[in-house]
Amino acid sequence: MSGAGTTQAIAPAGKPTRTHARSRPALRALPPWAAGPAWFVAALVTWRWPDADDFPDTTTLAGLFAGIGVALLAAAALRRLSARAPWMIALGLGFAAWELVQAKLLLLPRPFFGTPQDLLDVFLTDWKRLGDSLLHSLGLLVVGYTAGSVLGIATGVGLGRSRRFRYWALPIVRLVGPLPPVSLLPLAMVLIPSNWLASEALMALGSGFPITVLTWSGVAAVDPAYYDVARTMGARERFLVFRVALPAAMPQIFVGLFMGLGMSFVMLVIAEMLGVKSGLGFYMQWAQGWAAYPNMYAALLVMSLMCTGLITILFKVRDRLLGWQKDGLKW
Amino acid sequence: MVTHPAGRAAPLGIQLRAIRHGYQIGGAFKPVIEDVSLDIAPGEFVALLGPSGCGKSTLLRLVAGLEPPHAGQVLADGVPVTGPGPDRIVMFQDPTLYPWRTVRANVALSRDIAGRRDDAAVDAAIEMVGLKGFERAWPHQLSGGMAQRAALARALVNDPRLLILDEPLGKLDSLTRLTMQTELLRLWQNRGFTVIMVTHDVEEALLLATRVVTFSPRPAGVISDVSIDLPYHRHRDDPRLLALRREILVRLGHSEDW
Ligand SMILES: Nc1ncnc2c1ncn2[C@@H]1O[C@H](COP(=O)(O)OP(=O)(O)OP(=O)(O)O)[C@@H](O)[C@H]1O
Ligand SMILES: [Mg+2]
Repeated sequence: MSGAGTTQAIAPAGKPTRTHARSRPALRALPPWAAGPAWFVAALVTWRWPDADDFPDTTTLAGLFAGIGVALLAAAALRRLSARAPWMIALGLGFAAWELVQAKLLLLPRPFFGTPQDLLDVFLTDWKRLGDSLLHSLGLLVVGYTAGSVLGIATGVGLGRSRRFRYWALPIVRLVGPLPPVSLLPLAMVLIPSNWLASEALMALGSGFPITVLTWSGVAAVDPAYYDVARTMGARERFLVFRVALPAAMPQIFVGLFMGLGMSFVMLVIAEMLGVKSGLGFYMQWAQGWAAYPNMYAALLVMSLMCTGLITILFKVRDRLLGWQKDGLKW
Repeated sequence: MVTHPAGRAAPLGIQLRAIRHGYQIGGAFKPVIEDVSLDIAPGEFVALLGPSGCGKSTLLRLVAGLEPPHAGQVLADGVPVTGPGPDRIVMFQDPTLYPWRTVRANVALSRDIAGRRDDAAVDAAIEMVGLKGFERAWPHQLSGGMAQRAALARALVNDPRLLILDEPLGKLDSLTRLTMQTELLRLWQNRGFTVIMVTHDVEEALLLATRVVTFSPRPAGVISDVSIDLPYHRHRDDPRLLALRREILVRLGHSEDW
Protein backbone atom coordinates (compact mmCIF):
# COMPACT_ATOMS: atom_id res chain seq x y z
CA MET A 1 0.00 0.00 0.00
CA SER A 2 1.23 3.44 -0.87
CA GLY A 3 0.54 4.75 2.63
CA ALA A 4 3.11 2.59 4.33
CA GLY A 5 5.63 3.40 1.63
CA THR A 6 5.27 7.14 2.11
CA THR A 7 5.65 6.85 5.87
CA GLN A 8 8.90 5.03 5.48
CA ALA A 9 10.15 7.48 2.89
CA ILE A 10 9.45 10.50 5.07
CA ALA A 11 10.26 9.13 8.49
CA PRO A 12 13.91 8.50 9.13
CA ALA A 13 14.11 4.73 8.99
CA GLY A 14 14.76 2.62 12.04
CA LYS A 15 17.72 0.84 10.51
CA PRO A 16 20.61 3.16 11.48
CA THR A 17 19.90 2.42 15.15
CA ARG A 18 20.77 -1.16 14.47
CA THR A 19 24.08 -0.44 12.76
CA HIS A 20 24.85 1.72 15.75
CA ALA A 21 24.09 -1.16 18.11
CA ARG A 22 26.33 -3.45 16.13
CA SER A 23 29.29 -1.10 16.43
CA ARG A 24 28.96 -1.03 20.21
CA PRO A 25 31.35 -3.95 20.95
CA ALA A 26 34.14 -1.80 19.52
CA LEU A 27 33.51 0.68 22.36
CA ARG A 28 33.87 -2.02 25.02
CA ALA A 29 37.57 -1.14 25.04
CA LEU A 30 36.53 1.83 27.22
CA PRO A 31 35.54 0.21 30.53
CA PRO A 32 32.70 1.71 32.62
CA TRP A 33 34.94 2.23 35.68
CA ALA A 34 37.07 4.71 33.69
CA ALA A 35 34.25 7.26 33.61
CA GLY A 36 34.62 8.32 37.26
CA PRO A 37 38.40 8.88 37.04
CA ALA A 38 37.94 10.92 33.84
CA TRP A 39 35.84 13.37 35.82
CA PHE A 40 38.33 13.30 38.69
CA VAL A 41 40.95 14.44 36.17
CA ALA A 42 38.69 17.37 35.25
CA ALA A 43 38.18 18.17 38.95
CA LEU A 44 41.90 18.01 39.66
CA VAL A 45 42.85 20.24 36.72
CA THR A 46 40.21 22.77 37.76
CA TRP A 47 41.17 22.74 41.40
CA ARG A 48 44.99 22.55 41.43
CA TRP A 49 46.02 24.37 38.25
CA PRO A 50 45.92 28.13 38.88
CA ASP A 51 43.43 30.13 36.83
CA ALA A 52 44.79 32.50 34.20
CA ASP A 53 42.40 35.19 35.30
CA ASP A 54 40.07 35.96 38.16
CA PHE A 55 37.29 33.48 37.34
CA PRO A 56 34.32 32.90 39.63
CA ASP A 57 33.27 29.58 41.18
CA THR A 58 36.43 27.61 40.36
CA THR A 59 36.26 25.58 43.57
CA THR A 60 32.53 24.99 43.19
CA LEU A 61 33.12 23.69 39.67
CA ALA A 62 35.90 21.39 40.86
CA GLY A 63 33.57 20.10 43.54
CA LEU A 64 30.84 19.54 40.98
CA PHE A 65 33.20 17.57 38.69
CA ALA A 66 34.36 15.48 41.64
CA GLY A 67 30.77 14.84 42.69
CA ILE A 68 29.88 13.62 39.20
CA GLY A 69 32.99 11.42 39.28
CA VAL A 70 31.87 9.81 42.53
CA ALA A 71 28.36 9.26 41.16
CA LEU A 72 29.78 7.62 38.02
CA LEU A 73 32.02 5.36 40.05
CA ALA A 74 29.04 4.28 42.13
CA ALA A 75 27.01 3.67 38.98
CA ALA A 76 29.81 1.56 37.51
CA ALA A 77 30.08 -0.43 40.74
CA LEU A 78 26.32 -1.09 40.61
CA ARG A 79 26.65 -2.09 36.95
CA ARG A 80 24.19 0.65 35.91
CA LEU A 81 26.70 2.23 33.57
CA SER A 82 27.59 0.41 30.39
CA ALA A 83 26.14 1.88 27.19
CA ARG A 84 26.71 5.46 28.36
CA ALA A 85 30.22 4.92 29.79
CA PRO A 86 32.21 5.91 26.67
CA TRP A 87 30.21 9.12 26.40
CA MET A 88 30.80 9.91 30.08
CA ILE A 89 34.53 9.34 29.71
CA ALA A 90 34.64 11.63 26.69
CA LEU A 91 32.62 14.30 28.48
CA GLY A 92 34.88 14.25 31.56
CA LEU A 93 38.05 14.50 29.47
CA GLY A 94 36.39 17.14 27.30
CA PHE A 95 35.66 19.31 30.33
CA ALA A 96 39.22 18.83 31.53
CA ALA A 97 40.54 19.94 28.14
CA TRP A 98 38.17 22.93 27.98
CA GLU A 99 39.22 23.96 31.48
CA LEU A 100 42.89 23.65 30.52
CA VAL A 101 42.68 25.49 27.21
CA GLN A 102 40.55 28.41 28.34
CA ALA A 103 40.55 28.84 32.12
CA LYS A 104 44.17 27.94 32.68
CA LEU A 105 45.97 28.90 29.46
CA LEU A 106 43.56 31.39 27.84
CA LEU A 107 44.35 30.14 24.34
CA LEU A 108 41.09 31.31 22.72
CA PRO A 109 39.87 34.92 22.34
CA ARG A 110 37.56 36.13 25.07
CA PRO A 111 34.75 36.90 25.59
CA PHE A 112 33.35 34.80 22.69
CA PHE A 113 34.90 31.73 24.22
CA GLY A 114 34.03 31.43 27.89
CA THR A 115 35.23 29.02 30.54
CA PRO A 116 33.22 26.30 32.25
CA GLN A 117 33.31 28.56 35.32
CA ASP A 118 31.57 31.36 33.42
CA LEU A 119 28.80 29.01 32.36
CA LEU A 120 28.36 27.64 35.85
CA ASP A 121 28.29 31.18 37.21
CA VAL A 122 25.39 32.11 34.92
CA PHE A 123 23.36 29.19 36.20
CA LEU A 124 24.26 29.99 39.82
CA THR A 125 23.50 33.71 39.66
CA ASP A 126 20.88 34.04 36.94
CA TRP A 127 18.92 30.79 37.29
CA LYS A 128 15.76 32.66 38.19
CA ARG A 129 15.65 34.69 35.01
CA LEU A 130 16.70 31.67 32.95
CA GLY A 131 13.96 29.55 34.50
CA ASP A 132 11.45 32.30 33.97
CA SER A 133 12.46 32.60 30.31
CA LEU A 134 12.15 28.84 29.91
CA LEU A 135 8.63 28.90 31.33
CA HIS A 136 7.63 31.75 29.03
CA SER A 137 9.05 29.99 26.01
CA LEU A 138 7.34 26.74 26.95
CA GLY A 139 4.05 28.56 27.41
CA LEU A 140 4.28 30.25 24.03
CA LEU A 141 5.30 27.01 22.37
CA VAL A 142 2.70 24.73 23.91
CA VAL A 143 -0.22 27.00 23.06
CA GLY A 144 0.83 27.65 19.46
CA TYR A 145 1.87 24.08 18.76
CA THR A 146 -1.26 22.58 20.29
CA ALA A 147 -3.43 24.94 18.28
CA GLY A 148 -1.46 24.06 15.15
CA SER A 149 -1.75 20.32 15.80
CA VAL A 150 -5.50 20.40 16.38
CA LEU A 151 -6.01 22.66 13.38
CA GLY A 152 -3.70 20.57 11.20
CA ILE A 153 -5.20 17.20 12.09
CA ALA A 154 -8.76 18.51 11.68
CA THR A 155 -7.96 20.09 8.32
CA GLY A 156 -6.09 17.00 7.17
CA VAL A 157 -8.97 14.68 8.06
CA GLY A 158 -11.39 17.05 6.34
CA LEU A 159 -9.26 17.07 3.21
CA GLY A 160 -9.02 13.29 3.24
CA ARG A 161 -12.66 12.50 3.97
CA SER A 162 -14.86 15.21 2.51
CA ARG A 163 -15.00 16.17 -1.13
CA ARG A 164 -16.79 19.43 -0.40
CA PHE A 165 -14.34 20.45 2.33
CA ARG A 166 -11.49 19.65 -0.06
CA TYR A 167 -13.05 21.85 -2.76
CA TRP A 168 -13.15 24.91 -0.51
CA ALA A 169 -10.18 24.35 1.77
CA LEU A 170 -7.51 22.99 -0.57
CA PRO A 171 -6.92 26.24 -2.52
CA ILE A 172 -6.51 28.10 0.77
CA VAL A 173 -4.12 25.47 2.15
CA ARG A 174 -2.13 25.59 -1.07
CA LEU A 175 -1.94 29.39 -1.04
CA VAL A 176 -1.15 29.99 2.62
CA GLY A 177 0.57 26.79 3.74
CA PRO A 178 3.84 26.91 1.80
CA LEU A 179 4.42 30.56 2.75
CA PRO A 180 7.17 30.72 5.41
CA PRO A 181 5.28 32.01 8.46
CA VAL A 182 8.13 34.43 9.17
CA SER A 183 7.16 36.40 6.08
CA LEU A 184 3.79 37.10 7.69
CA LEU A 185 5.36 38.36 10.90
CA PRO A 186 5.58 42.10 10.04
CA LEU A 187 1.99 42.03 8.83
CA ALA A 188 0.74 40.07 11.81
CA MET A 189 2.43 42.39 14.27
CA VAL A 190 0.54 45.29 12.72
CA LEU A 191 -2.80 43.59 12.18
CA ILE A 192 -3.01 41.72 15.48
CA PRO A 193 -2.88 44.11 18.44
CA SER A 194 -1.06 41.72 20.78
CA ASN A 195 2.43 40.50 19.89
CA TRP A 196 1.77 37.37 21.88
CA LEU A 197 -1.35 36.53 19.90
CA ALA A 198 0.36 37.30 16.60
CA SER A 199 3.22 34.95 17.47
CA GLU A 200 0.83 32.20 18.55
CA ALA A 201 -1.14 32.55 15.33
CA LEU A 202 1.97 32.29 13.18
CA MET A 203 3.31 29.37 15.18
CA ALA A 204 0.00 27.56 14.77
CA LEU A 205 0.07 28.30 11.06
CA GLY A 206 3.65 27.18 10.64
CA SER A 207 3.33 23.92 12.55
CA GLY A 208 -0.18 23.32 11.22
CA PHE A 209 0.87 23.10 7.58
CA PRO A 210 3.08 19.97 7.69
CA ILE A 211 0.62 18.35 10.07
CA THR A 212 -2.24 19.10 7.66
CA VAL A 213 -0.46 17.68 4.64
CA LEU A 214 0.76 14.53 6.37
CA THR A 215 -2.59 13.85 8.06
CA TRP A 216 -4.26 14.29 4.70
CA SER A 217 -1.88 11.95 2.91
CA GLY A 218 -2.26 9.41 5.73
CA VAL A 219 -6.05 9.53 5.63
CA ALA A 220 -6.12 9.43 1.84
CA ALA A 221 -3.95 6.30 1.86
CA VAL A 222 -6.20 4.32 4.23
CA ASP A 223 -7.18 1.04 2.59
CA PRO A 224 -10.85 1.49 1.57
CA ALA A 225 -11.44 -2.10 2.69
CA TYR A 226 -11.02 -0.88 6.31
CA TYR A 227 -14.00 1.38 5.82
CA ASP A 228 -15.99 -1.41 4.16
CA VAL A 229 -15.46 -3.69 7.16
CA ALA A 230 -16.75 -1.08 9.60
CA ARG A 231 -19.59 0.05 7.35
CA THR A 232 -20.98 -3.47 6.98
CA MET A 233 -21.11 -3.57 10.78
CA GLY A 234 -23.17 -0.42 10.87
CA ALA A 235 -20.45 2.19 11.54
CA ARG A 236 -21.30 5.86 10.98
CA GLU A 237 -18.98 8.62 9.75
CA ARG A 238 -17.97 9.45 13.31
CA PHE A 239 -16.62 5.95 13.89
CA LEU A 240 -15.00 5.89 10.45
CA VAL A 241 -13.12 9.12 11.20
CA PHE A 242 -12.11 8.63 14.82
CA ARG A 243 -11.72 4.85 15.04
CA VAL A 244 -10.64 3.93 11.50
CA ALA A 245 -9.14 6.86 9.56
CA LEU A 246 -7.23 8.47 12.44
CA PRO A 247 -5.59 5.32 13.84
CA ALA A 248 -4.76 4.10 10.35
CA ALA A 249 -3.17 7.46 9.49
CA MET A 250 -1.41 7.78 12.86
CA PRO A 251 2.10 6.83 11.64
CA GLN A 252 1.92 9.62 9.06
CA ILE A 253 0.35 12.04 11.51
CA PHE A 254 3.29 11.58 13.85
CA VAL A 255 5.73 12.43 11.07
CA GLY A 256 3.70 15.62 10.62
CA LEU A 257 3.69 16.33 14.36
CA PHE A 258 7.46 15.92 14.41
CA MET A 259 7.97 18.29 11.50
CA GLY A 260 5.46 20.74 12.94
CA LEU A 261 7.30 20.75 16.26
CA GLY A 262 10.53 21.70 14.50
CA MET A 263 8.68 24.47 12.71
CA SER A 264 7.29 25.80 15.97
CA PHE A 265 10.82 25.91 17.49
CA VAL A 266 11.83 28.17 14.60
CA MET A 267 8.80 30.38 15.07
CA LEU A 268 9.38 30.53 18.82
CA VAL A 269 12.87 31.96 18.53
CA ILE A 270 11.92 34.38 15.78
CA ALA A 271 8.88 35.64 17.67
CA GLU A 272 10.87 36.10 20.88
CA MET A 273 13.68 37.90 19.11
CA LEU A 274 11.44 40.22 17.15
CA GLY A 275 8.38 40.98 19.21
CA VAL A 276 7.61 39.07 22.37
CA LYS A 277 9.57 40.61 25.25
CA SER A 278 10.20 37.42 27.20
CA GLY A 279 11.42 33.87 26.76
CA LEU A 280 14.76 32.29 25.90
CA GLY A 281 14.99 33.98 22.51
CA PHE A 282 14.54 37.37 24.15
CA TYR A 283 17.09 36.44 26.82
CA MET A 284 19.60 35.50 24.15
CA GLN A 285 19.09 38.73 22.30
CA TRP A 286 19.51 40.68 25.52
CA ALA A 287 22.71 38.73 26.27
CA GLN A 288 24.07 39.54 22.85
CA GLY A 289 23.26 43.22 23.31
CA TRP A 290 25.32 43.30 26.49
CA ALA A 291 28.02 41.04 25.09
CA ALA A 292 27.20 38.61 27.91
CA TYR A 293 28.33 35.56 25.99
CA PRO A 294 28.25 33.08 28.87
CA ASN A 295 24.58 33.99 29.36
CA MET A 296 23.97 33.32 25.70
CA TYR A 297 25.63 29.91 25.92
CA ALA A 298 23.62 29.09 29.02
CA ALA A 299 20.37 30.09 27.30
CA LEU A 300 21.33 28.05 24.22
CA LEU A 301 21.95 25.03 26.40
CA VAL A 302 18.61 25.44 28.15
CA MET A 303 16.83 25.85 24.83
CA SER A 304 18.51 22.80 23.37
CA LEU A 305 17.49 20.74 26.39
CA MET A 306 13.93 22.05 26.08
CA CYS A 307 13.68 21.17 22.39
CA THR A 308 15.18 17.73 22.72
CA GLY A 309 13.01 17.10 25.79
CA LEU A 310 9.85 18.00 23.87
CA ILE A 311 10.84 15.77 20.97
CA THR A 312 11.54 12.96 23.43
CA ILE A 313 8.06 13.37 24.88
CA LEU A 314 6.56 13.31 21.39
CA PHE A 315 8.39 10.09 20.58
CA LYS A 316 7.38 8.49 23.87
CA VAL A 317 3.74 9.23 23.07
CA ARG A 318 4.28 7.86 19.59
CA ASP A 319 5.84 4.65 20.92
CA ARG A 320 2.83 4.13 23.16
CA LEU A 321 0.26 4.79 20.45
CA LEU A 322 2.07 2.98 17.65
CA GLY A 323 3.16 -0.10 19.56
CA TRP A 324 1.33 -2.12 16.92
CA GLN A 325 3.82 -1.18 14.21
CA LYS A 326 6.37 -3.76 13.22
CA ASP A 327 9.19 -1.27 13.12
CA GLY A 328 9.72 2.24 14.33
CA LEU A 329 12.61 4.58 14.85
CA LYS A 330 13.94 5.17 18.32
CA TRP A 331 14.78 8.72 19.38
CA MET B 1 -35.19 -25.74 6.18
CA VAL B 2 -33.88 -25.01 9.62
CA THR B 3 -36.12 -23.57 12.26
CA HIS B 4 -34.50 -20.76 14.13
CA PRO B 5 -34.71 -20.36 17.87
CA ALA B 6 -36.96 -17.68 19.28
CA GLY B 7 -35.33 -14.45 20.38
CA ARG B 8 -33.01 -14.28 17.42
CA ALA B 9 -33.61 -12.02 14.45
CA ALA B 10 -35.36 -13.86 11.62
CA PRO B 11 -33.12 -14.84 8.68
CA LEU B 12 -33.05 -12.52 5.71
CA GLY B 13 -34.17 -13.44 2.19
CA ILE B 14 -32.34 -11.86 -0.73
CA GLN B 15 -33.78 -11.19 -4.17
CA LEU B 16 -31.52 -10.22 -7.06
CA ARG B 17 -33.42 -8.83 -10.05
CA ALA B 18 -31.60 -8.65 -13.40
CA ILE B 19 -28.37 -7.33 -11.90
CA ARG B 20 -25.77 -5.77 -14.17
CA HIS B 21 -22.52 -4.32 -12.98
CA GLY B 22 -19.08 -3.42 -14.29
CA TYR B 23 -15.96 -1.39 -13.72
CA GLN B 24 -13.89 1.12 -15.59
CA ILE B 25 -10.49 -0.52 -15.99
CA GLY B 26 -7.71 1.23 -17.91
CA GLY B 27 -10.13 3.61 -19.60
CA ALA B 28 -12.40 0.84 -20.89
CA PHE B 29 -15.63 -0.38 -19.36
CA LYS B 30 -15.53 -4.05 -18.40
CA PRO B 31 -18.82 -5.75 -17.63
CA VAL B 32 -18.47 -7.95 -14.54
CA ILE B 33 -22.00 -9.13 -13.83
CA GLU B 34 -24.38 -9.80 -16.67
CA ASP B 35 -28.06 -10.18 -15.93
CA VAL B 36 -28.01 -12.20 -12.71
CA SER B 37 -31.33 -12.98 -11.05
CA LEU B 38 -31.46 -15.12 -7.92
CA ASP B 39 -33.97 -15.70 -5.16
CA ILE B 40 -32.40 -16.72 -1.89
CA ALA B 41 -34.93 -17.85 0.69
CA PRO B 42 -34.52 -17.01 4.38
CA GLY B 43 -32.39 -19.62 6.13
CA GLU B 44 -30.82 -21.03 2.99
CA PHE B 45 -27.12 -21.86 2.80
CA VAL B 46 -26.11 -20.91 -0.73
CA ALA B 47 -22.65 -21.64 -2.10
CA LEU B 48 -21.41 -19.63 -5.07
CA LEU B 49 -18.89 -21.25 -7.42
CA GLY B 50 -17.16 -19.78 -10.41
CA PRO B 51 -13.80 -19.23 -12.07
CA SER B 52 -11.40 -16.71 -10.56
CA GLY B 53 -12.14 -13.12 -11.54
CA CYS B 54 -15.66 -13.84 -12.75
CA GLY B 55 -17.35 -11.43 -10.36
CA LYS B 56 -18.32 -13.39 -7.23
CA SER B 57 -16.80 -10.92 -4.78
CA THR B 58 -18.41 -8.09 -6.72
CA LEU B 59 -21.81 -9.74 -6.38
CA LEU B 60 -21.28 -10.05 -2.61
CA ARG B 61 -20.44 -6.32 -2.42
CA LEU B 62 -23.76 -5.57 -4.11
CA VAL B 63 -25.67 -7.80 -1.69
CA ALA B 64 -23.88 -6.17 1.25
CA GLY B 65 -24.92 -2.77 -0.08
CA LEU B 66 -21.36 -1.47 -0.39
CA GLU B 67 -22.03 -0.48 -4.00
CA PRO B 68 -25.27 -0.02 -5.92
CA PRO B 69 -25.57 -2.14 -9.10
CA HIS B 70 -25.49 -0.35 -12.46
CA ALA B 71 -28.81 -1.91 -13.36
CA GLY B 72 -31.28 -4.18 -11.65
CA GLN B 73 -32.31 -4.40 -8.05
CA VAL B 74 -30.98 -5.93 -4.85
CA LEU B 75 -33.82 -6.57 -2.41
CA ALA B 76 -33.63 -7.80 1.19
CA ASP B 77 -36.96 -9.29 2.23
CA GLY B 78 -38.46 -7.39 -0.67
CA VAL B 79 -37.03 -4.02 0.41
CA PRO B 80 -34.40 -2.37 -1.84
CA VAL B 81 -30.92 -2.39 -0.31
CA THR B 82 -29.57 1.16 -0.14
CA GLY B 83 -26.44 0.67 1.94
CA PRO B 84 -24.55 -1.67 4.23
CA GLY B 85 -26.05 -2.62 7.57
CA PRO B 86 -25.28 -4.86 10.52
CA ASP B 87 -28.05 -7.31 9.59
CA ARG B 88 -25.84 -8.39 6.66
CA ILE B 89 -22.38 -9.19 8.02
CA VAL B 90 -19.59 -9.73 5.51
CA MET B 91 -16.41 -11.70 5.84
CA PHE B 92 -14.18 -10.37 3.09
CA GLN B 93 -11.80 -12.40 0.96
CA ASP B 94 -8.82 -10.59 2.57
CA PRO B 95 -8.82 -10.69 6.38
CA THR B 96 -8.52 -6.85 6.54
CA LEU B 97 -7.87 -6.89 10.27
CA TYR B 98 -7.08 -3.46 11.69
CA PRO B 99 -3.33 -3.50 12.36
CA TRP B 100 -3.72 -1.07 15.29
CA ARG B 101 -6.09 -3.39 17.16
CA THR B 102 -5.19 -6.60 18.93
CA VAL B 103 -6.84 -9.80 17.77
CA ARG B 104 -9.37 -9.50 20.55
CA ALA B 105 -10.18 -5.85 19.77
CA ASN B 106 -10.54 -6.78 16.12
CA VAL B 107 -13.00 -9.55 16.93
CA ALA B 108 -14.89 -7.13 19.19
CA LEU B 109 -15.13 -4.50 16.41
CA SER B 110 -18.87 -4.81 15.85
CA ARG B 111 -19.45 -4.52 19.61
CA ASP B 112 -17.49 -1.26 19.67
CA ILE B 113 -19.50 0.07 16.75
CA ALA B 114 -22.76 -0.87 18.41
CA GLY B 115 -21.46 0.65 21.65
CA ARG B 116 -22.03 -2.37 23.84
CA ARG B 117 -19.69 -4.88 25.42
CA ASP B 118 -20.24 -8.57 25.10
CA ASP B 119 -17.11 -10.26 26.39
CA ALA B 120 -18.70 -13.70 26.42
CA ALA B 121 -19.59 -13.61 22.74
CA VAL B 122 -16.13 -12.31 21.80
CA ASP B 123 -14.38 -14.98 23.85
CA ALA B 124 -16.63 -17.70 22.42
CA ALA B 125 -15.89 -16.60 18.84
CA ILE B 126 -12.13 -16.53 19.49
CA GLU B 127 -12.28 -19.95 21.09
CA MET B 128 -14.32 -21.37 18.22
CA VAL B 129 -11.77 -20.41 15.57
CA GLY B 130 -8.97 -21.75 17.79
CA LEU B 131 -7.24 -18.47 18.53
CA LYS B 132 -7.39 -18.69 22.29
CA GLY B 133 -4.12 -17.43 23.72
CA PHE B 134 -3.64 -15.02 20.83
CA GLU B 135 -6.13 -12.41 22.04
CA ARG B 136 -3.40 -9.87 22.69
CA ALA B 137 -1.38 -10.51 19.54
CA TRP B 138 -1.13 -7.84 16.85
CA PRO B 139 -2.37 -8.81 13.38
CA HIS B 140 1.16 -8.66 11.93
CA GLN B 141 2.09 -11.41 14.35
CA LEU B 142 -0.44 -13.86 12.87
CA SER B 143 0.00 -16.33 10.03
CA GLY B 144 -2.20 -15.96 6.96
CA GLY B 145 -4.55 -18.71 8.10
CA MET B 146 -4.74 -17.34 11.64
CA ALA B 147 -5.61 -13.88 10.30
CA GLN B 148 -8.37 -15.46 8.24
CA ARG B 149 -9.71 -17.26 11.29
CA ALA B 150 -9.63 -14.00 13.26
CA ALA B 151 -11.66 -12.38 10.47
CA LEU B 152 -14.10 -15.29 10.64
CA ALA B 153 -14.44 -14.80 14.40
CA ARG B 154 -15.03 -11.08 13.85
CA ALA B 155 -17.92 -11.92 11.54
CA LEU B 156 -19.35 -14.66 13.77
CA VAL B 157 -19.52 -12.49 16.91
CA ASN B 158 -22.49 -10.76 15.38
CA ASP B 159 -26.06 -11.83 15.32
CA PRO B 160 -26.63 -11.25 11.62
CA ARG B 161 -29.71 -12.13 9.63
CA LEU B 162 -27.48 -12.85 6.67
CA LEU B 163 -23.87 -13.99 6.74
CA ILE B 164 -21.88 -13.20 3.59
CA LEU B 165 -18.66 -15.22 3.38
CA ASP B 166 -16.05 -14.72 0.66
CA GLU B 167 -13.82 -17.81 0.62
CA PRO B 168 -13.78 -17.92 4.41
CA LEU B 169 -11.59 -21.01 4.65
CA GLY B 170 -9.42 -20.48 1.59
CA LYS B 171 -6.09 -20.20 3.41
CA LEU B 172 -6.52 -23.05 5.88
CA ASP B 173 -4.94 -26.48 5.82
CA SER B 174 -7.33 -29.36 5.13
CA LEU B 175 -7.61 -30.42 8.78
CA THR B 176 -8.34 -26.96 10.22
CA ARG B 177 -10.66 -26.51 7.30
CA LEU B 178 -12.69 -29.55 8.32
CA THR B 179 -13.05 -28.26 11.88
CA MET B 180 -14.10 -24.84 10.65
CA GLN B 181 -16.62 -26.35 8.24
CA THR B 182 -18.21 -28.26 11.08
CA GLU B 183 -18.33 -25.15 13.26
CA LEU B 184 -19.84 -23.09 10.47
CA LEU B 185 -22.50 -25.70 9.86
CA ARG B 186 -23.29 -25.99 13.56
CA LEU B 187 -23.58 -22.22 13.88
CA TRP B 188 -25.88 -21.99 10.90
CA GLN B 189 -28.05 -24.80 12.24
CA ASN B 190 -28.24 -23.28 15.72
CA ARG B 191 -28.75 -19.67 14.79
CA GLY B 192 -30.65 -20.14 11.56
CA PHE B 193 -29.35 -17.14 9.64
CA THR B 194 -29.07 -17.12 5.86
CA VAL B 195 -25.60 -17.83 4.45
CA ILE B 196 -24.16 -16.83 1.09
CA MET B 197 -20.69 -18.28 0.72
CA VAL B 198 -18.22 -18.04 -2.13
CA THR B 199 -15.82 -20.95 -2.36
CA HIS B 200 -13.41 -22.44 -4.88
CA ASP B 201 -13.86 -25.88 -3.43
CA VAL B 202 -16.71 -27.81 -5.03
CA GLU B 203 -16.56 -30.45 -2.32
CA GLU B 204 -16.87 -27.82 0.42
CA ALA B 205 -19.90 -26.35 -1.34
CA LEU B 206 -21.55 -29.76 -1.54
CA LEU B 207 -20.80 -30.65 2.07
CA LEU B 208 -22.21 -27.44 3.52
CA ALA B 209 -24.75 -25.81 1.25
CA THR B 210 -28.42 -26.40 0.61
CA ARG B 211 -27.94 -24.96 -2.83
CA VAL B 212 -24.99 -24.49 -5.17
CA VAL B 213 -25.01 -21.73 -7.79
CA THR B 214 -22.37 -21.82 -10.51
CA PHE B 215 -21.27 -18.79 -12.52
CA SER B 216 -19.74 -18.43 -15.96
CA PRO B 217 -16.40 -16.66 -16.51
CA ARG B 218 -16.56 -12.84 -16.47
CA PRO B 219 -19.05 -11.33 -16.99
CA ALA B 220 -20.69 -13.59 -14.44
CA GLY B 221 -23.98 -15.19 -15.35
CA VAL B 222 -25.69 -18.13 -13.63
CA ILE B 223 -24.93 -21.34 -15.49
CA SER B 224 -26.36 -23.81 -13.00
CA ASP B 225 -28.39 -23.70 -9.81
CA VAL B 226 -28.62 -27.00 -7.96
CA SER B 227 -30.46 -27.79 -4.74
CA ILE B 228 -28.62 -30.27 -2.51
CA ASP B 229 -31.37 -32.23 -0.82
CA LEU B 230 -29.04 -34.41 1.22
CA PRO B 231 -29.32 -34.64 4.98
CA TYR B 232 -26.49 -33.50 7.26
CA HIS B 233 -24.10 -35.02 8.36
CA ARG B 234 -22.97 -35.45 4.75
CA HIS B 235 -20.14 -37.72 3.85
CA ARG B 236 -17.63 -36.80 1.17
CA ASP B 237 -17.70 -40.34 -0.29
CA ASP B 238 -21.48 -40.34 -0.69
CA PRO B 239 -22.09 -41.47 -4.33
CA ARG B 240 -24.87 -38.88 -4.73
CA LEU B 241 -22.44 -36.18 -3.71
CA LEU B 242 -19.78 -37.50 -6.07
CA ALA B 243 -22.25 -37.46 -8.94
CA LEU B 244 -23.25 -33.86 -8.16
CA ARG B 245 -19.61 -32.90 -7.94
CA ARG B 246 -18.87 -34.36 -11.37
CA GLU B 247 -21.88 -32.61 -12.84
CA ILE B 248 -20.82 -29.20 -11.44
CA LEU B 249 -17.22 -29.63 -12.52
CA VAL B 250 -18.39 -30.41 -16.03
CA ARG B 251 -20.51 -27.27 -16.01
CA LEU B 252 -17.48 -25.29 -14.89
CA GLY B 253 -15.66 -26.54 -17.98
CA HIS B 254 -13.92 -29.76 -17.03
CA SER B 255 -14.11 -32.56 -19.60
CA GLU B 256 -16.46 -35.51 -18.99
CA ASP B 257 -13.73 -38.11 -18.76
CA TRP B 258 -11.87 -36.29 -15.97
N1 LIG C 1 -12.92 -1.94 -7.52
C1 LIG C 1 -12.75 -2.45 -8.75
N2 LIG C 1 -12.37 -1.66 -9.75
C2 LIG C 1 -12.17 -2.16 -10.98
N3 LIG C 1 -12.38 -3.43 -11.31
C3 LIG C 1 -12.77 -4.29 -10.36
C4 LIG C 1 -12.96 -3.84 -9.03
N4 LIG C 1 -13.35 -4.90 -8.28
C5 LIG C 1 -13.39 -5.95 -9.13
N5 LIG C 1 -13.03 -5.59 -10.39
C6 LIG C 1 -12.99 -6.46 -11.56
O1 LIG C 1 -14.14 -7.24 -11.55
C7 LIG C 1 -13.86 -8.57 -11.93
C8 LIG C 1 -14.42 -9.52 -10.93
O2 LIG C 1 -13.75 -9.34 -9.70
P1 LIG C 1 -14.17 -10.16 -8.41
O3 LIG C 1 -13.30 -9.71 -7.31
O4 LIG C 1 -15.63 -10.01 -8.23
O5 LIG C 1 -13.81 -11.64 -8.85
P2 LIG C 1 -14.01 -12.99 -8.05
O6 LIG C 1 -15.00 -13.80 -8.81
O7 LIG C 1 -14.29 -12.74 -6.65
O8 LIG C 1 -12.57 -13.65 -8.23
P3 LIG C 1 -11.73 -14.52 -7.20
O9 LIG C 1 -12.35 -15.87 -7.18
O10 LIG C 1 -10.37 -14.56 -7.81
O11 LIG C 1 -11.77 -13.82 -5.90
C9 LIG C 1 -12.37 -8.66 -12.12
O12 LIG C 1 -12.11 -8.70 -13.51
C10 LIG C 1 -11.82 -7.39 -11.52
O13 LIG C 1 -10.76 -6.92 -12.31
MG1 LIG D 1 -13.23 -12.87 -4.92
